[in-house]
Amino acid sequence: METASKPGRDVQPKKARLQTKKKKPRRYWEKEATLTAAGASPGPPRNKKRNRELRPQRPKNINLPKKSRIPGKPQFPKKPREQRNLEPQRNLSGAQDPFPGPAPIPEEVARKFRRIDKSKKLPHSKSKTRSRLEVAEAEEEEISIKAARSELLLAEEPGFLEGEDGEDTAKIRQAEIVEAVDIASAAKHFDLNLRQFGPYRLNYSPVGRHLAFGGHRGHVATLDWVTKRLMCEINVMEAVRDIRFLHSEALFAVAQNRWLHIYDNQGIELHCIRRCDRVTRLEFLPFHFLLATASETGFLTYLDVSVGKIVAALNARAGRLDVMTKNPYNAVIHLGHSNGTVSLWSPAMKEPLAKILCHRGGVRAVAVDSTGTYMATSGLDHQLKIFDLRGMFQPLSARTLPQGAGHLAFSQRGLLAAGMSDVVNIWMGQGMASPPSLEQPYLTHRLSGHVHGLHFCPFEDVLGLGHSGGITSMLVPGAAEPNFDGLENNPYRSQKQRQEWEVKALLEKVPAELICLDPRALAEVDVISLEQEKKERIERLGYDPEAKAPFQPKPKQKGRSSTASLVKRRRKVMDKEHRDKVRQSLEQQPQKQEKKAKPLKARPSALDRFVR
Amino acid sequence: MKVKMLSRNPDNYVRETKLDLQRVPRNYDPTLHPFEVPREYVRALNATKLERVFAKPFLASLDGHRDGVNCLAKHPKSLATVLSGACDGEVRIWNLTKRKCIRTIQAHEGFVRGICTRFCGTSFFTVGDDKTVKQWKMDGPGYGEEEEPLHTILGKTVYTGIDHHWKEAVFATCGQQVDIWDEQRTSPICSMTWGFDSISSVKFNPIETFLLGSCASDRNIVLYDMRQATPLKKVILDMRTNTICWNPMEAFIFTAANEDYNLYTFDMRALDTPVMVHMDHVSAVLDVDYSPTGKEFVSASFDKSIRIFPVDKSRSREVYHTKRMQHVICVKWTSDSKYIMCGSDEMNIRLWKANASEKLGVLTSREKAAKDYNQKLKEKFQHHPHIKRIARHRHLPKSIYSQIQEQRIMKEARRRKEVNRLKHSKPGSVSIVPEKKKHIVAVVK
Repeated sequence: METASKPGRDVQPKKARLQTKKKKPRRYWEKEATLTAAGASPGPPRNKKRNRELRPQRPKNINLPKKSRIPGKPQFPKKPREQRNLEPQRNLSGAQDPFPGPAPIPEEVARKFRRIDKSKKLPHSKSKTRSRLEVAEAEEEEISIKAARSELLLAEEPGFLEGEDGEDTAKIRQAEIVEAVDIASAAKHFDLNLRQFGPYRLNYSPVGRHLAFGGHRGHVATLDWVTKRLMCEINVMEAVRDIRFLHSEALFAVAQNRWLHIYDNQGIELHCIRRCDRVTRLEFLPFHFLLATASETGFLTYLDVSVGKIVAALNARAGRLDVMTKNPYNAVIHLGHSNGTVSLWSPAMKEPLAKILCHRGGVRAVAVDSTGTYMATSGLDHQLKIFDLRGMFQPLSARTLPQGAGHLAFSQRGLLAAGMSDVVNIWMGQGMASPPSLEQPYLTHRLSGHVHGLHFCPFEDVLGLGHSGGITSMLVPGAAEPNFDGLENNPYRSQKQRQEWEVKALLEKVPAELICLDPRALAEVDVISLEQEKKERIERLGYDPEAKAPFQPKPKQKGRSSTASLVKRRRKVMDKEHRDKVRQSLEQQPQKQEKKAKPLKARPSALDRFVR
Repeated sequence: MKVKMLSRNPDNYVRETKLDLQRVPRNYDPTLHPFEVPREYVRALNATKLERVFAKPFLASLDGHRDGVNCLAKHPKSLATVLSGACDGEVRIWNLTKRKCIRTIQAHEGFVRGICTRFCGTSFFTVGDDKTVKQWKMDGPGYGEEEEPLHTILGKTVYTGIDHHWKEAVFATCGQQVDIWDEQRTSPICSMTWGFDSISSVKFNPIETFLLGSCASDRNIVLYDMRQATPLKKVILDMRTNTICWNPMEAFIFTAANEDYNLYTFDMRALDTPVMVHMDHVSAVLDVDYSPTGKEFVSASFDKSIRIFPVDKSRSREVYHTKRMQHVICVKWTSDSKYIMCGSDEMNIRLWKANASEKLGVLTSREKAAKDYNQKLKEKFQHHPHIKRIARHRHLPKSIYSQIQEQRIMKEARRRKEVNRLKHSKPGSVSIVPEKKKHIVAVVK
């Protein structure tokens, strides 16, 4: 073995000697760097120089060649890069960079992009796996910082509405807003006076450019509402309960009195789906290509629109279903029932994932915000409640409304709109990612008829209102996400871009079985089955193959390897392990004792009176 | 009242002319990209399926030999040139780009036992059953010249293998002993023996160039240092090792192809436990060669298949076979790490892709980006059962498939017996020998 390492030992000093002989010319800009290097390296530099002068041929000192091996490189020990950059660097001209290093990122912005929950501890794993996981975590962290940094490049700012000191924004009327804003925005406020076929339900396409509405007396129309160009207008000669765009503006589904129908953008009926009858509400899950329908018969049916198959038909066993919404974060369907509960459904399960008791009376409306954090419900008890959907579904705030809200909708930036007979109220949260505070409405608006449908337009500060008198497009500054992503929902996409997006979207259609409460669960370590597998393996093999082997002391040289010393060393390690075990069990014990002690205290003893 | 409405100028979002590229503004906000993980999972699943669809590794078959191909050698300087020696004493030089034989030499009488190229690529050496070592020029003879070796050394015994030093004009042969020769001399510089048995192959270490490894038919692997003139140490295994190959990136690591269907990766410093036991073949492993990256190696087996193993995994990642390929005798991984060549009994040399689904030729930057992205996705979701099943699935010929089943049953029976013995004996009296230690008989220094 020694012979193997010999060549290395031979070569090194030779190389070093060559380098010491050849004096590297010093550049004028290297002056500082080399000085710092000399300062940082161990040993006095002057001594080194003298050494070299006296005996240039044979440097005996082992340290010497080591030092001179990297002459120009300043020796920064293991400082993180950012810190190093913080020191002001001088240019050739002598000017200093006033903002050295990368720009700082506010913590909350970085948190928005963070995907790993560091509070979750992984099970004990081998060092190799652990180090791999650590590397992956560090990469993810870096990515989140980079993404947060790219936030700077976003072009648009969100809208806002502020009253002058003491002025209540809820008192500001639409006409005043229309007067104050630019012409293009003012054109977004309009009323369609359609008293004949009222009350209307409406829906915006996912990109936010197209509007479809259906009147209860059969009037169905779609239009490009930005340019006000009518795409199609038909009368289906049947009651229309709900209308919904499918994945693009080219297709929309209409829940008619009897069956579910699908039309294209010219108003041609493509499909009549008789398996879905007496549908009252429609929801479309764009990433799964599922159309969820709730029916009078009490069935929740999932229709895969890409292949035209019914994926699941679930009986909610709660009578007529006419309150439904989707959670955009995890594609779970929320159904409101007449007994005051809201049930959460996924097509993979016959039973609801969860049931939440929300109201004393029946539930009238449900809405979930785009991050999937908050759910707003209103019931027959005239209450409007906001629930936290993370964890245990706790109610956060509640408010009694004089009439109770019949319709609810969340906007992209978390504004909550409620339709109460002919009045619409909009509430706003305090800051980013906070629930809407129900004390003061942000805006109110009175309509010419009773509200029948509410929908915030994506990527535009507009709230669409369907009522018995027609359609109203209301301006709500600050409602929508200002910066869209061109590869997801692009309002300005061309036909070619739409076609390509459609192919991509179909290729990565998420299977319906993957719908669950936590969509990130797929990327996490399945600890339960991992441990189960391990247990089974141990049972099958009859021993634990990953168990640590008992400590075997290595034999030492020069007579220190006597049997007694070997036994001593082995015992030392064993004792240490034993001590650790005892310490661990001691740490756990007091918690157990506390648990035990409480019930004991509850039972009083006759002797307690003597205790001082 | 202060009010600002969201009002976008379409000119900022729509291209000006039809010749422009479409504008695609990005926003990486996670709420605008919901279902990130399920969508990535579906993409990974699609990528895995496509990988299996495009897995067409077989590239070409080079035919021309009139007997089984016994040995292969790579050209050190030219990727396109390959040398092969056959069982009838014929040596052929092939051009891989043209897939043609460019030169044929009747080098020996009887088998060509070994072939190796000089590190400069100007000449090559062959040993044969006629007890000779011959050095040949890489270029063909000029017009009117006869095909003749540069040098011929007539030995006393049969040589069974040859390997050239990676930097100096020295080569080693094996037979009854390991001989180290200077190219200029007709007698060996030194010859080393340890026991009296025929040595089947000898290999120089490509990094620590003075080290040699050899394997003999008395089941041992012997390591030598050229400077010492005596062997360093040896390890005795259960069965005979056919050949070894040094890792070109890690000086201490070598892999041995064994008759007991396994391959063993050893760390030269600790021979008593192999670093990894690679099991998947169902017959004797005849040859092994490392990829130039040192991360993987390919093995050729008597079971008519070749397999690719990652160095740190005990199971193979790939198996190649065809209906016509018989017992594979020799295998080589090309120096650009993209292709694999194997020579087999039925006189053909086959060319395979090292990565079965890889697209050959120049990739555009978008193709490359898509490939890298898919690769990362596959890596990320590789442990999901559905993806794992698709990625692992290989079609096997019936003979190999049934052999695997049979061996699985045998292994299970042995394991069961071991567990039973453990259960019914006094605790501590029966110890469990791990798989890695089972096959090592002894280490001698």
